[in-house]
This record gives sequence, structure tokens and C-alpha cells, in this order.
Amino acid sequence: MLALARYYVAAGKLSIQGQIQYRASTYFYLIGFLIEPVVYLVVWRTVAESQGGSIGGYSAEALTAYYIVWTLVRAMNVGFDPNAWGWRIQRGRLNEMLSRPIHPFHRDFAWFGGGKFVWILLWLPMAAGLWIAFRPQISPTLVEGTAFFVAIWLAFAVRFALLWALGMITFWTTRGSAIFEIFIAAELLLSGRLVPLELMPEWTQIIGAWLPFKWTFQFPIEVVIGRLTSGEVLAGLAIQTTWAAALIALIWVIWKPAVSKYTAVGG
Amino acid sequence: MNPVKLGWMHLRISALNELQYRANFFLAAFNALLALATGLIVIGLVYSHTESLNGWSQPELLIVMGVHVFIGGLIRAFVEPNMYQLMQDIEEGTLDYTLTRPADAQLLVSVRATSIWQTVDLAIGLIVVAIGVVQLQTATTVAHVTAFILTILLGVVIIYCVWLMITTAAFKLIRVDNMVQMLQGIYQAGRWPVSIYPLWLRGGLTFIIPLAFAITVPAEALADRLAGSTIALAVAFSAVVMLVTRLIWRWGLANYSGASA
Repeated sequence: MLALARYYVAAGKLSIQGQIQYRASTYFYLIGFLIEPVVYLVVWRTVAESQGGSIGGYSAEALTAYYIVWTLVRAMNVGFDPNAWGWRIQRGRLNEMLSRPIHPFHRDFAWFGGGKFVWILLWLPMAAGLWIAFRPQISPTLVEGTAFFVAIWLAFAVRFALLWALGMITFWTTRGSAIFEIFIAAELLLSGRLVPLELMPEWTQIIGAWLPFKWTFQFPIEVVIGRLTSGEVLAGLAIQTTWAAALIALIWVIWKPAVSKYTAVGG
Repeated sequence: MNPVKLGWMHLRISALNELQYRANFFLAAFNALLALATGLIVIGLVYSHTESLNGWSQPELLIVMGVHVFIGGLIRAFVEPNMYQLMQDIEEGTLDYTLTRPADAQLLVSVRATSIWQTVDLAIGLIVVAIGVVQLQTATTVAHVTAFILTILLGVVIIYCVWLMITTAAFKLIRVDNMVQMLQGIYQAGRWPVSIYPLWLRGGLTFIIPLAFAITVPAEALADRLAGSTIALAVAFSAVVMLVTRLIWRWGLANYSGASA
């Protein structure tokens, strides 16, 4: 266990150094990401203002806070997506990882986890710019801030494991992108990524509660913008932990039959 | 050789090459239909809470969305494949093979690759535009359609130029693949009329990454919201962008040293 922790620290540091080396490139990537919430923010603020200043219990300022926090949550929950998995399988890039005595999941998780520190650093000036441009209404307590810190790391764990499990489909088919597109569409509508679920039809809220998506987007945001009670926050953190554990367990179960299918198409 | 003939021949060869992979058509069609369904759900959701988005009605928004899908299809089918190829050639130093040919290098790097199946978005985009036009309360005249076609053509030229300018930065920076990711992200902002954005963002989407000219202006032409002066501005802007792109391209070529050749 200690050796694994040491591996995580070392791989995380390597990732940080790599991301810093290509910081301009990472910055461009991040800017592309941040356009999405700015678009949603402008659209839903416009709708709220046309409805007298609030919609679905969210004021225009609260919606602004929602989408600005969204940008950090989005930067945090980026993982190794199924398209990248497809590339890895097609090019035979998994060979090298399979020859190591450590599960590739640890390598990817540590790599992406380490990179988050650089992403957060790069995110800060952008968030400051959005803050000045849109003036959000947000004043989290110390407890909410602490809970948010835990919630965004758990959101990362859940979404990372979800994407990794989904990516393993490419062991059976090298065309996993269609499945990934379905995933993105479902996530967009059922996670609070497009809009807080309170603004969606009721049936989507019911379905959303039973799927992992909400716990990777809306839940961490709601924690810090102060829309949840202490009990709801604790329950939410417990649900996130359960999802992360279940998905990682699933990966461990599928791994063996998946690798037995591996043929390194272009390796 | 006639540049048009040369460009057409290259496009034909790359399209024929891509036509071998027919399964890609179903994948492209599936992705396009899924994106369309998601877009329609989003528009439906917005208009379930309001009747007008900053003065834009639902049919008008459908036209904007259709133009966005159409131009996005053109980019993915004809612009992006060439730009990715150019980036790769610059990084690997293999652009020499293109530069030594007796034809204009900018033309050659712009017509070498095609993702022909992405043209399914062109059909879907036009269908969405047509549905939006039918749902409009106002009559669409020949003048509207002519202005639409003209502004779409100008929009395509402008978008191509911007993509090429960004890619040309690879001559200096070598790795610019994330810049293209950034452009793809910014392109999503064009799904909505630029007039809904705050002034600073509207300025950026009009003159830096000119989605206003490429998407909102053609949609305005069909929705009878376009002033003649905007068309004149679009013509002048596209001429300036073409000239600047040519200059940047020549500057980029002057900086090329075949790094890995």
C-alpha cells in the first residue's frame, strides 16, 4: 500500500512537470473547455432575466455562480476518454503498460490526478476574469469550502472510473466513439452540465438521481454555492464514494477478460 | 495547372480514398443525428421557459442551429483534415514533399485531405434551416435566399482563413493541436446568435474568431434581420481576412526549416 502511495506521488509529480512544460498548449485546451459554460451562463441568464430575474429557484446571480464553479468542476473531472482508449488500443500503446507490474488504471489515475494541480493554477486567472465579467453571487463557509474540496476530488474519481470503464469497450470494438457520444449526450442532459436539473423536466431529475452523472457535476457545484443542507452534503459525499468504489470494482472485474481480447491492432 | 482543376482533382482522390471505409458513414450519421437531437432538446428546453431569447424566436434559433451544423460539417469534412495534416507535416518535417511541387503550396495544403462522410452534416444542417424557415411567420423571398447563399460563402472563406492562420502558428510553435481543440470549443458558441453575448465576447466572436460572420449573419439573412451594410461589412472583412491569411502563410513558410526531415 505504501509502495502504491509512493508510485502515485512520483507519477503525479511527473505529470505536473509534463503539464508545466506544455503549459501554453494546456492553456489553449482549457480555454476551449471554458467556452461551454460561458455559453450556458449567457443563455440561462438571458432566460432568467426575461422571466423577471429568476428561473427554477435560481436567480441570475446564482446561475452565474453555478456556471463559474462549473468551470472548475469541469477542469477537475476530465479523464482518459474512450476515444483516447481507442487510439491506445489501435496503436498498440498498451503493450508497454501491460509489461509493468502495476495496473494501468493506477498510472492513468495518478497522471490525470497530478495534472489537476496545474489545471487549477491555470484556471485561477480565467476564473478571476469570469468573476469580474459576470459578478456571481457566492460566499461559501469554511465547511462548504472543505466539503467542496472533497466533493470535486470524488467527482474526479467517479467520472474518471466511469470513462475508464467505458473506454475498455474498445478491447472488443475499435470503434467506441459512438458509445462515447451517447455517454456525452446523456451526461449533458442528466448531470447538471447543461443546466441545473431543477430546470429540466421532472422525469430527468428522477432518472438523474439513479445515475452517476449528477454526482460528477451538479452535486459539487451545489455544495459550494450553498444550496444544500449539511445532511444532503454528507449523503452526497457518501453516494459519490459508493459510485467511485463500485466503478473501480467493476474495472477490476472486467480487466482480465478485456485484456484477453487485446490484439494491439496497429502495434 | 489550373488551380481549380488541381484542387478538384485532389479533393476527388481524397474523397475516393475515404469512400472505401463505408462503416464511417454510419458512424458519422449516428453522431450527427445524436448531436442534432441534443441540440433540439436544448432549444426546446430554453423555449419551455421563455418565448424569446433576446429577441430571437424559436424558428429563428432553429435557423442559427442549422447554419451552425452546416458550417460545422464543412469544417470537419474539408478544413480540419487538411489542417491536421499540415500540423503533422510541420511537426515531422514532411511538408518538404508538398513544397517541392510546382503548384501553390497554400492551395495544395488546403485540398489534400477530406472526411467525406462528415458531409452528412451538410444535409442535416440544410434540413434544419428549411424547417426553421417554414416555421417563420414572415415570407422568405429570393433576395433573402441570395443573401443567405452569399453570406454562407463568405462565412466559409472566413472560417477557412481563421483555421489556416491558427495552424500556420505551428511553423513557429510546432505543437498547436490544442489550439484546434480551443477552436472547436469556441465554435460551440456559434450555436447561439452572437447578439445574446456580452459586448466583449460579441467583439471576440465577430473579429477574432468570426463566428458572427460565418453563422449569425447567414441566419439573419433568412430571418429577415439582416441590414445591407452588414453584407458589405462581411465582404470587406472576408477580403481583409484573406489578405492577412496569405501574408501569415508566407511568413510561416519563411520560418519553416523541415525540423525533423
